Amino acid sequence: MNKIVLYLALSSAAIAGDTVPVDGPALARLVQQDCGSCHGLTLKGGLGPDIRPEALAHYEPETLASVILDGIPGTAMPPWRPLLTQAEVEWMVDYLLSGGLE
Amino acid sequence: MKRVFLGAVAAMALAIPATAQPTGDLGLIVERASGSLLVVDQSDRAKIGRITGLGDLSHASLVYSPDERFAYVFGRDGGLTKVDILEQSIVNRVMQAGNSIGGAISDDGRFVAVSNYEPGGVRIFDAETLEMVLDIPTQSKTIGLVDIPGTKFVFSLWDAGETWIVDLSAETAEITKIEGMGTNPYDALVTGDGRTYITGLFGDDHLTALDLWQETPEPMPILPGYAEGREGLPVYKMPHLEGWALAGSEFVLPAVGQHEVLWVDARDLTETGRTQTHGQPVFAMARPDGRHVWVNFAHPLNDTIQVIDTVTKQVIHEFKPGPGVLHMEFTPRGREVWLSVRDAGKVMIYDTQTFEKLREIDAESPSGIFFTARAHRTGL
Repeated sequence: MNKIVLYLALSSAAIAGDTVPVDGPALARLVQQDCGSCHGLTLKGGLGPDIRPEALAHYEPETLASVILDGIPGTAMPPWRPLLTQAEVEWMVDYLLSGGLE
Repeated sequence: MKRVFLGAVAAMALAIPATAQPTGDLGLIVERASGSLLVVDQSDRAKIGRITGLGDLSHASLVYSPDERFAYVFGRDGGLTKVDILEQSIVNRVMQAGNSIGGAISDDGRFVAVSNYEPGGVRIFDAETLEMVLDIPTQSKTIGLVDIPGTKFVFSLWDAGETWIVDLSAETAEITKIEGMGTNPYDALVTGDGRTYITGLFGDDHLTALDLWQETPEPMPILPGYAEGREGLPVYKMPHLEGWALAGSEFVLPAVGQHEVLWVDARDLTETGRTQTHGQPVFAMARPDGRHVWVNFAHPLNDTIQVIDTVTKQVIHEFKPGPGVLHMEFTPRGREVWLSVRDAGKVMIYDTQTFEKLREIDAESPSGIFFTARAHRTGL
């Protein structure tokens, strides 16, 4: 994992005034393994679409966060709200947009 | 295979042809993150080697040649790799697509078919040379690819809700398309006799079956409205359907969006029961004798296994092997089961009668486990 990216992502969460600690390595693992079960281990797509930075660049972070939290009804994208906090999802959005997996 | 014998082979590798070594109780385990395969010996409950350099093996699966010497490995990155279990090496490797999901080998061992997401379709290769012999574009992601008797393959289209049958028995391939299978088939299975093909549907509240012994197979909805009136629960991992679904005289199938497995009479395809489970089932695998069904679950409940009695349909055993139980494989007659516990970095072996743990084997993010006995099973 790119440590600088992780540091930046953590800082931005801190700036946002979030006091809930976010476990970056655990979330990065979740992105790879569990998002990866549909989007591919390298996130280049599978049953779900490509979610690498180039593919996501034209979305607002808020839009991506709401897709992760509430899913896309009528598709295979499930809501992650039962499992993740707002802060964790914001961390994941930063991570995805910055290509943290690469 | 005895270790002494194995040692002898290693010592005399130059003198004895590798083919003198039997492969009937060997197997391969996918190490998904490192792009490698562990070669294992089921009787010794041991790893005996590792084959590396297979690319992105997330969601990888494999099939065996009829002589159980070679395996064809289908990687998520579109790689099709032929490996030699005896030499523990890669024989040939082609990048045949950008994104693939699984494959099958024809009943005569001549053709290997690969199911692709990108570009959507199925490609068929000569099993000997890995040269492509047929490209079947579908404009859709393809899933549920299986072999059936008569040098035929069957697969389904996620986007179009169709099932296609490819007949390679003659000089020119013949393709039969069956429409109206339902919305978003996510996986499929075929029974060991090659007769009944069942697709699970993500977008409809039923499954669909085909009787492949009919001249013109017609889609038959089964378990219509099984989740009717109930809130669909989030599905954090799609279930798998496999030829392990027949338990006694019933099929046992994972529900989608409901924490239960569904029982269906194998003859008339009517519902015979439901069993509440710990979470969203991923694999519901009947032990080869059909007496018990082992079930694992989607994230975040993927540390648990439940065992269901086929006669009473009750959960009779539940345990937590560890974090990330991804796959199970029974020894061919069902006495032992091997479990991949991804986040523990272990493959765990259990006695299926006593549920006692017999052995742990270290592995790097293990996922699929495949014993060579699959070579002689239709649809696996």
